[in-house]
Amino acid sequence: MTTFDPRLVRADTPLLTRIINGRPITYLDSAASSLPPRPVIDAMSRHYERQHANVHRGVYQTANESTQSYEGAREAIARFIHAPAGGEEIVFTKNATEGFNLLAKSWAASNLRSGDVVLVSEMEHHANIVPWFQLRESIDIEVRFIPVGDDYRLDLGNIDELMKGVRLVSVTAMSNVLGTVTPLKQLARIAHEHDALIAVDAAQLVGHAPSDVVDLDVDFFIFSAHKMLGPTGLGILWTRRDILNTMPPFLGGGGMIADVSTSGYVPAKGPTRFEAGTPPIAEAAGLSAAVTYLEGLGMENVARHDRDLTQDALSRIDDEFGGRVRIVGPVDTDHRGGVISLDVEGVHAHDVAQVLDQFGVCVRPGHHCAKPLMKRFNLTATARASFGPYSLVSDTDVLLEALTDAVKLFG
Amino acid sequence: MSNLEDLYREVILDHYRSPRNRGELETPPALRVEGFNPLCGDEVVVYLLVDNGVLTDIKMTGHGCSISQSSSSLMSAAVKGKSLEQVRGLITTFKTLMTVHESSIDSSEPPPLQDVRALGELAALQGVVKFPVRIKCATLAWNTLNQGLDELSAID
Repeated sequence: MTTFDPRLVRADTPLLTRIINGRPITYLDSAASSLPPRPVIDAMSRHYERQHANVHRGVYQTANESTQSYEGAREAIARFIHAPAGGEEIVFTKNATEGFNLLAKSWAASNLRSGDVVLVSEMEHHANIVPWFQLRESIDIEVRFIPVGDDYRLDLGNIDELMKGVRLVSVTAMSNVLGTVTPLKQLARIAHEHDALIAVDAAQLVGHAPSDVVDLDVDFFIFSAHKMLGPTGLGILWTRRDILNTMPPFLGGGGMIADVSTSGYVPAKGPTRFEAGTPPIAEAAGLSAAVTYLEGLGMENVARHDRDLTQDALSRIDDEFGGRVRIVGPVDTDHRGGVISLDVEGVHAHDVAQVLDQFGVCVRPGHHCAKPLMKRFNLTATARASFGPYSLVSDTDVLLEALTDAVKLFG
Repeated sequence: MSNLEDLYREVILDHYRSPRNRGELETPPALRVEGFNPLCGDEVVVYLLVDNGVLTDIKMTGHGCSISQSSSSLMSAAVKGKSLEQVRGLITTFKTLMTVHESSIDSSEPPPLQDVRALGELAALQGVVKFPVRIKCATLAWNTLNQGLDELSAID
């Protein structure tokens, strides 16, 4: 039995006590990075204060503890996303972006041939676009885009045609601009019917809703720790053990080898093969604490809270501003999460964000690393507000107050 | 809100709402130069018509935030009809105005500049230095103009 009260999460989050420009901070940028609660910060401090040592091979006690903590984080994440074979299927990367580079430069580079197609969508983050263009420079693959409809959702009307020649479908679970949630189960079924694999950019999902890679029936699941109340500098790539064991190494160096001689090297087995060099050990300890914390909240509860806040904000923004502030994304919370992009008529997103900052409101202006999507909707920038488990309806109150001021200033 | 009023002065809002010298010039004889701010997507295109060492006409297009767009409008009004030497001088003065002086961010004192007055309406942009991330917005048009002058002198 879990209990969830966003006010308690708020009380656990030290950064939310900051005063910005004379006002309590109103943090609405969790889609860019979430705020770590006290237990995550403490776990990292405790690591450095009590057990820090490099991982693997050390025989002294703190080195063992450090190794156990690091490997324990693999198990914690495996549990969190229901990885069937546990930590053996979890690769730690620097961030989700590196996860996609690993996917492209290891699995795809060794499995795709000239003429093969990687199918992404128009609503991808650059992290799930640029690595494929880079791969195209060495293997002549085609990068194809699932269009986004005027309803801000993936247009799958032509999917059978789009699937021709596709070896990998690589899509986001939730758009970091529109908030649109993609039909992953349907896409997984389609991909597998066409003998393709499916990779998911889960960065916007894992901290906000339950994640089950078996239930979704996906093949790769990529995300970052800092968008799920954990620290920066740590990303996660999950794939099934049978796929992982056939993937060639990505970065070379210490920690990723079974043997090295003057004539060559033999890569290690399992996920460490992809983890060259000293990994983010304290961050992994922080991630374990974040997983425990989120499990304590209950991801169903977190998802419901996100939905309630989003529903409330969408209807109030519409009531308050009508056409003056346009919501760039689906209005139906069945198809979206707690990421709300705003286009304020006659006011550039940077100016909106600047005015909001005077109220202590943190939103993100810009193209959100999704320029093809912005172009699709003829936008150069939006101001994006996004929720976390510590967000309250009162945050939306301040957002509306500040938006009113922005509209008035440029009116 | 005093900081915000410093940034969004009435002159700036006026130039944002009604930009001066908006449009294009035929190339050639005019020179066309593009400037981008890849981080925020702001864009300016500057058309320069030079005759006998004088910037006889300037037109601009582009899109972006109020700071980048008003700065380009203010710039176009300030440099039109000036000799290239005077234009270079204005660029230098403006960029000095936009240089972050640690001491001037925290205090309400304007930066120590003798010739802020020579900038006329452009001085309205000096509030931008209190918002370091917005300086690149204000300087975009000026850097683009400077690039255009470099291209012109390379032709000569």
